[in-house]
Amino acid sequence: MAKMTLIAAINDALKVAMRRDPNVLVLGEDVGVNGGVFRATDGLYQEFGEDRAIDTPLAEAGFVGAAMGMAVYGLKPVVEIQFDGFLAPAHEHLVNHIARIRNRSRGRFTCPMVLRIPSFGGIKALEHHSESIESWYANVQGLKLVVPSNPYDAKGLLLAAIEDPDPVLFLEPKRLYRAFRQEVPEEYYTVPLGKAAIAREGKDLTVLTYGPHVQTALEAAERAAADHGWQTEVVDLRSLEPLDLDTIIGSVKKTRRAVVLTEAPRTSGFHSELIALINDHALEYLEAPVARVTGFDVPMPYLLSEDLYIPGVERVVAAMTEVKSW
Amino acid sequence: MATIETGKLNMENLFAIRRVLNSDGTLAGPEPNLAPAQLKEVYRLMVYLRSFDQRSLNLQRQGRMGTFAPFSGQEACQVGSAYLLQKGKDWIFPTYRDHGAMQVLGVPSVNVLRYYMGDEKGSRVPEGVNSFPISIPIATQLVHAVGVAWAAKLKKDDVVTVGYVGDGGTSEGDFHEALNFAAVFNTPAIIFIQNNRYAISTPNSKQFKTRTIAQRALGYDIPGVRVDGQDILAVLAVMQEAIDRARSGGGPTLVEALTFRYGPHTTSDDPKRYRTEEELVEWQARDPIERLRRYLVAKGLWTDQEDEGLWSWAKDQVAAAVTEAESMPRPAVDEIFDYVYAEPTPELVRQKEYLKRQLGRQGSGEANTHG
Repeated sequence: MAKMTLIAAINDALKVAMRRDPNVLVLGEDVGVNGGVFRATDGLYQEFGEDRAIDTPLAEAGFVGAAMGMAVYGLKPVVEIQFDGFLAPAHEHLVNHIARIRNRSRGRFTCPMVLRIPSFGGIKALEHHSESIESWYANVQGLKLVVPSNPYDAKGLLLAAIEDPDPVLFLEPKRLYRAFRQEVPEEYYTVPLGKAAIAREGKDLTVLTYGPHVQTALEAAERAAADHGWQTEVVDLRSLEPLDLDTIIGSVKKTRRAVVLTEAPRTSGFHSELIALINDHALEYLEAPVARVTGFDVPMPYLLSEDLYIPGVERVVAAMTEVKSW
Repeated sequence: MATIETGKLNMENLFAIRRVLNSDGTLAGPEPNLAPAQLKEVYRLMVYLRSFDQRSLNLQRQGRMGTFAPFSGQEACQVGSAYLLQKGKDWIFPTYRDHGAMQVLGVPSVNVLRYYMGDEKGSRVPEGVNSFPISIPIATQLVHAVGVAWAAKLKKDDVVTVGYVGDGGTSEGDFHEALNFAAVFNTPAIIFIQNNRYAISTPNSKQFKTRTIAQRALGYDIPGVRVDGQDILAVLAVMQEAIDRARSGGGPTLVEALTFRYGPHTTSDDPKRYRTEEELVEWQARDPIERLRRYLVAKGLWTDQEDEGLWSWAKDQVAAAVTEAESMPRPAVDEIFDYVYAEPTPELVRQKEYLKRQLGRQGSGEANTHG
């Protein structure tokens, strides 16, 4: 075991995957010689060469579409999209082809590939570098959506994503890349897709969240415990597609109160689906309406206003108070 | 240094149209190295595809098939672009108008018919036939063709891929990204453009300023060639060179074949709104099938009697495929759910069960007999 940051765990996962399987390769902008702008692919070019750590032209549709061809042919491409906002040019390949080729060909052609996408805000970057794109793709059938929240899960989920027979969007919480270290095994292991984790156990209310917001939820839970004595359960969804409905509903039935937390815009988001599912499966258990803590229906603000947008501990505690006092 | 004014360069001469046969079937250039059996084979394929295309149009008109995209007039491109590929090894990436090339590579006619009848199983091409399913979004498939070629190169397989696109599709960003990636990574991908003059209704003059599409190759520093797309022998000659280049590590080629679709863009389109009868007649006089027939007759390889027999054979073959396609059952309810992921998600399982329950209540059971 070694203490790793989240970015180190991702780098380690890539090395482990590439050593295990000669078909695994990484490609994208500046992922070779430079090791990626966040250094996620650091050292891969040196260890595996230019045919497996491939610097591509600056054209997302081009390298995402080409990676689809590679995946269909039998390689295992792990594509790095430099920043969330730059996935837009590749949108057509994702929604029209990568997500559909299995269905379109009735299983003759499949597209097992991973798109690693540094996601969400919190690093005070320029415009288009801080987007929450999960809701865009949660509505696309045929893609899987995975969002790790800590170094251990990041490595295990990424290795599971690389092994998965379907295309996976892997949304990395970039503000947690170097936020903290955790014990991470150096060997191969996977964390299964579609299984949520209970990040903190509790009986009084549930916070359903994922990615960078798990840290916010844990801090809010500490605050609520200290200030009010509430025992908050924090469910880290880890994967949005497939979704671990049993864990979500089990927790809500137990605590009877729920808050959903994300920094995506408020309206028509994936978090709204969580509320709809609770409505479908656990309405009669609820003691209070489910509260949502979200970003606002505005474009992600620039760095000076970023903190106004991203939900912090106070907004989460306020929502928890709301559902507890209803 | 002088600014290069490309408008002053004679691109039409630089990319002179390659031709082997004149419209009347007489020789315009050196004959490609094809055995008599191969010449008859490509003729047979063109006749078959013309019969298939015409019958499919009729099926759509009779309400027995959905929207259909015909290729009649483009048979030399359809056959010539795919005939020399190695089946089971090389790959093609067709558009909705390239179901002729698909059949040349080995996709059964029944698959194409089922596709246009609205059954996804049509796109489940048999193992060993490396045709991607039809791509409807324009030019996207070129990037996939480059990706597969690139993967094959990385795996040291001497595979060749052919990506299909029309004149309109060359305006898409993906066309340019595909050419750039093919060039940078020297992938064994052939980009085969069928310039049939109109993107639905929009003519070449409103699509691009260049005098040729082939000259786009200059911008990517790859070989480009223009060919008479109504001349199967010229298309075959050009493809042989491109395939040899790709297979021997020489990288991509951009092929612009000049052609014309006799019919509508799809069965929902009325070409009389945007092109003249005279233009159609002019192109029909260059018909690829008639041209090769005259050549074969002049060479003493073909008789009128054989020709009559061939058209009759083709009609029967197509009829048999239609009968088979129409006798297939509607897709089962499960089929729309079972291929979204390798394993259906719990939510998909719930939705499938719901639909089956609903259909059960409506008295239609599990069979897809709705509509």
